[in-house]
Amino acid sequence: MEPLRDLLFDYTIRNVALGSAVLGTVGGALGSFAVLRRQGLLGDALAHATLPGVCVAFMLTGSKSPAILLLGAALSAGLGALFILAVVGGTRIKQDAALGIVLSVFFGAGIVLLTFIAGSGDAGQSGLDRFIFGQAATIVRADVVTMGLLAAAAVVLLALFFKEFKLLSFDPAFAASLGFPVRALNVLLTALIVVAVVVGIQAVGVVLMAAMLITPAAAARQWTDRLSVMVSLSAAFGAASGVCGALISASGSNLPTGPLIVLVATGVLVVSLLLGRRHGFVWAWLAGRRNRREVLGRGGAS
Amino acid sequence: MSPDLIVVVTAVLVAVPCALLGTFLVLRQMSMMGDAISHAVLPGIVVAFFLSESLGPITSLLGAGAFGLLTAALVEALKNTGRVKEDASIGIVFTALFALGVFLISRFASDVHLDLQHVLYGEIAFSPLNALIVGSVNLGPRSFWTMGIVTAMALVVVLLLYKELKIATFDAGLAAAVGLSPALVHYLLMGAVSVTTVGAFDSVGAVLVVAFLIAPPATAYLLTDKLARMLALSTLLGVASAVLGYYLAASMDVAIAGMMAVVAGGFFSLALLLSPSRGLVANSLRHRRNRRSFSRKLLLARLEALGNRTTEAELCENLGWEAGRVSRALADALRGGLVLKPAAGEVTLTRKGREAATGPQAPVR
Amino acid sequence: MRLVKTEAPPAASPLEVSGVTAAYGSEPVLWDVSFRVPEGQLVAVVGPNGAGKTTLLKVVMGLMEPAAGRATVFGKPFSKARQLVGYVPQRGSVDWDFPTDALDVVQMGLYGKLGWFRRPGRREREKAMECLEKVGMAEFAGRQISQLSGGQQQRIFLARALAQEARLYLTDEPFAGVDYKTEQAIVELLRDLKAAGGTVVVVHHDLATVPDYFDRVVILNRRLVAEGPVEEVFTRENVSDAYGGAVSYLAGAE
Repeated sequence: MEPLRDLLFDYTIRNVALGSAVLGTVGGALGSFAVLRRQGLLGDALAHATLPGVCVAFMLTGSKSPAILLLGAALSAGLGALFILAVVGGTRIKQDAALGIVLSVFFGAGIVLLTFIAGSGDAGQSGLDRFIFGQAATIVRADVVTMGLLAAAAVVLLALFFKEFKLLSFDPAFAASLGFPVRALNVLLTALIVVAVVVGIQAVGVVLMAAMLITPAAAARQWTDRLSVMVSLSAAFGAASGVCGALISASGSNLPTGPLIVLVATGVLVVSLLLGRRHGFVWAWLAGRRNRREVLGRGGAS
Repeated sequence: MSPDLIVVVTAVLVAVPCALLGTFLVLRQMSMMGDAISHAVLPGIVVAFFLSESLGPITSLLGAGAFGLLTAALVEALKNTGRVKEDASIGIVFTALFALGVFLISRFASDVHLDLQHVLYGEIAFSPLNALIVGSVNLGPRSFWTMGIVTAMALVVVLLLYKELKIATFDAGLAAAVGLSPALVHYLLMGAVSVTTVGAFDSVGAVLVVAFLIAPPATAYLLTDKLARMLALSTLLGVASAVLGYYLAASMDVAIAGMMAVVAGGFFSLALLLSPSRGLVANSLRHRRNRRSFSRKLLLARLEALGNRTTEAELCENLGWEAGRVSRALADALRGGLVLKPAAGEVTLTRKGREAATGPQAPVR
Repeated sequence: MRLVKTEAPPAASPLEVSGVTAAYGSEPVLWDVSFRVPEGQLVAVVGPNGAGKTTLLKVVMGLMEPAAGRATVFGKPFSKARQLVGYVPQRGSVDWDFPTDALDVVQMGLYGKLGWFRRPGRREREKAMECLEKVGMAEFAGRQISQLSGGQQQRIFLARALAQEARLYLTDEPFAGVDYKTEQAIVELLRDLKAAGGTVVVVHHDLATVPDYFDRVVILNRRLVAEGPVEEVFTRENVSDAYGGAVSYLAGAE
């Protein structure tokens, strides 16, 4: 009961839970498309690629306002996406290596900039290092407002273009034949995934952001064969993981929010794999046992 | 030994095994497995950290490395259920294990020396301070021992199994046919990568080790077509990134391992742009040259088909090109002495042009 | 051979390809290909692997810019005539694990006419259901697409093209990986489309069935080998010209 009362009355915890819910919702919704298009690890690379942007934005403006830092994050992730596109499109280097390079080199650049800002070899002094692991506990009202606006914009766009994104993800060649601008839609969908990443990094950090895109979506897929249901369910799973993780983390000391959110989401996935309506292992096992028994029963009767 | 030198040697001992094993990750298109493993060994490292009193350094290395193999096995198992695709499986498994590791550190190790930044980008600057002391004998920096063992292991794996790795990488079918289990090679590589990332953890952390694993081999892949040369080149690039990165970082007082990753990325970007055979600049020049000669070839063929004599306007119409493109191709052919312009707007083929148009390469087959 | 433009232009052909050359880099995949498909015909496009069949479809649909020449659909560039065209991509080109059902896939054929932002509603559902009935798949409307057999998946794709209510159908290997019964059902369907005044172009790889199924054939091997009514141009000579001799499985193509 304690955490629930805190949720209602404690200002800090309310912000943290609200922020985590927002991030879970938008990550889950857009993550569905990332997973279906096999771009889950692209989200991972782009999340890491936000770090130098956060630092440069701070260095240029001296401001730690969330809007400015997140704009820097988005631009830098966009740069990472372009780099991946250039490498994969222009050379024989495959997507996996391009992702690995962007992920680690951008992150390395971010660490260098963090230590540069701190004026020492220790990145922990600038306060920007919360983007690395995310510190949901530091989320304040202004963050929640920024995250909420960004997330709302992303979700509205997702709803507006839902039919087009579905077609694009299922059958891009057919979409092109109908006259839909496939390239522009691709860019828009990737941009929305960047928005989801940017919304999430403050809470879970760049390293674990991939989980917020992938894990709820993979869990939702176990329960439904309809895209609209999968997207909603994934958003709900994401939001629930966010709130649960935040509350558990608030209930004790030394309980980091980001990892707890990810662990809760992983738990949801495991349950979904076992019990999912159409695919669950448990149902498959029960059905197998029933069949065996029937076969045996008939064998005995004849 | 000066502290500077200790750091540089440690970095080189990280760079060499990473470059060797990373070459096979890049060629087998499994770079992201390297990323996944380097993160997923964290819980193993935490456990080994608590038990390091009772476990020796090698046992901890192998014990933590077992989590890397566990990752590979879990990804495989999840993928094989048919319910989750491979890339999502990788993302799910490594984030879950990494989150578990971070959770363990925050919960149980926050007061000991194993902090969170360390986890991601290591503390190679501390390598001179951490000596391996057995009994009362100082055996020198601990990192030399750990990474020395890892480097030796990587060298043994790559040298002894060179042929096997090569076959399994380029022709899995053939490998299976000659009795070489692709699964065995896969898990061997994954195991070696696991041990390497565990060993490199103290120095460069979970994320930046990926730069050592992937960037130098990918750079080498842009520069050569031979496996042996690629191994050598990526080792060289890894070592150069480590040394150059160290001195740059020291001169600017910024994160050492981060700077090494940046330098590795810089080498990759240079090769990406300037590689003589596969760089973007060379590609685009080649593309333009090809396009020009292709346009010229097409123009001549069409002129021939139109009875050797026609007007620019008709050529535009017939080829479906804009006027600019036709006049560019014509100017090109004029310079080569392939066409003549007997009157304004009119075009005809020269004898050389007719030969070129009907020559052996013009029509296909 | 100058064209004399004195006669009134003939009625626009459903598909006219004139002087199309297309290349990846400097490697030509199609060289100076011209042909004209008359209305109301079943047309096969055949040729060995790498002959440029799929590239030809790409050029026709404006997905690839030709190096020279142009393709028109009913006298217009594809982008101005796409509402007259139904397209059936290769079955292997999509992920059948995608969370959607048969009815939903067929409704995608109506997205072009719906335009931006509008969601498919009851009318679209009914229309899609009709198309499913036409291909004999009505009972599978709510079935997740991975639960369908290869032949059923192919029929869903055809139903989606039917929903486009086109006058020209472009189909890429519709018989690939389907059983004999399904193949016959698909041929029957294509004949119905033709009977209703449609024109059907099929990228095809089974030479043996060309004379049975099609009215006309386009034989391609980067350049145009031959084009015309099957009985006139589908000769051993032309086919071996395209396939380079060894065409032992060519039965009844004399």
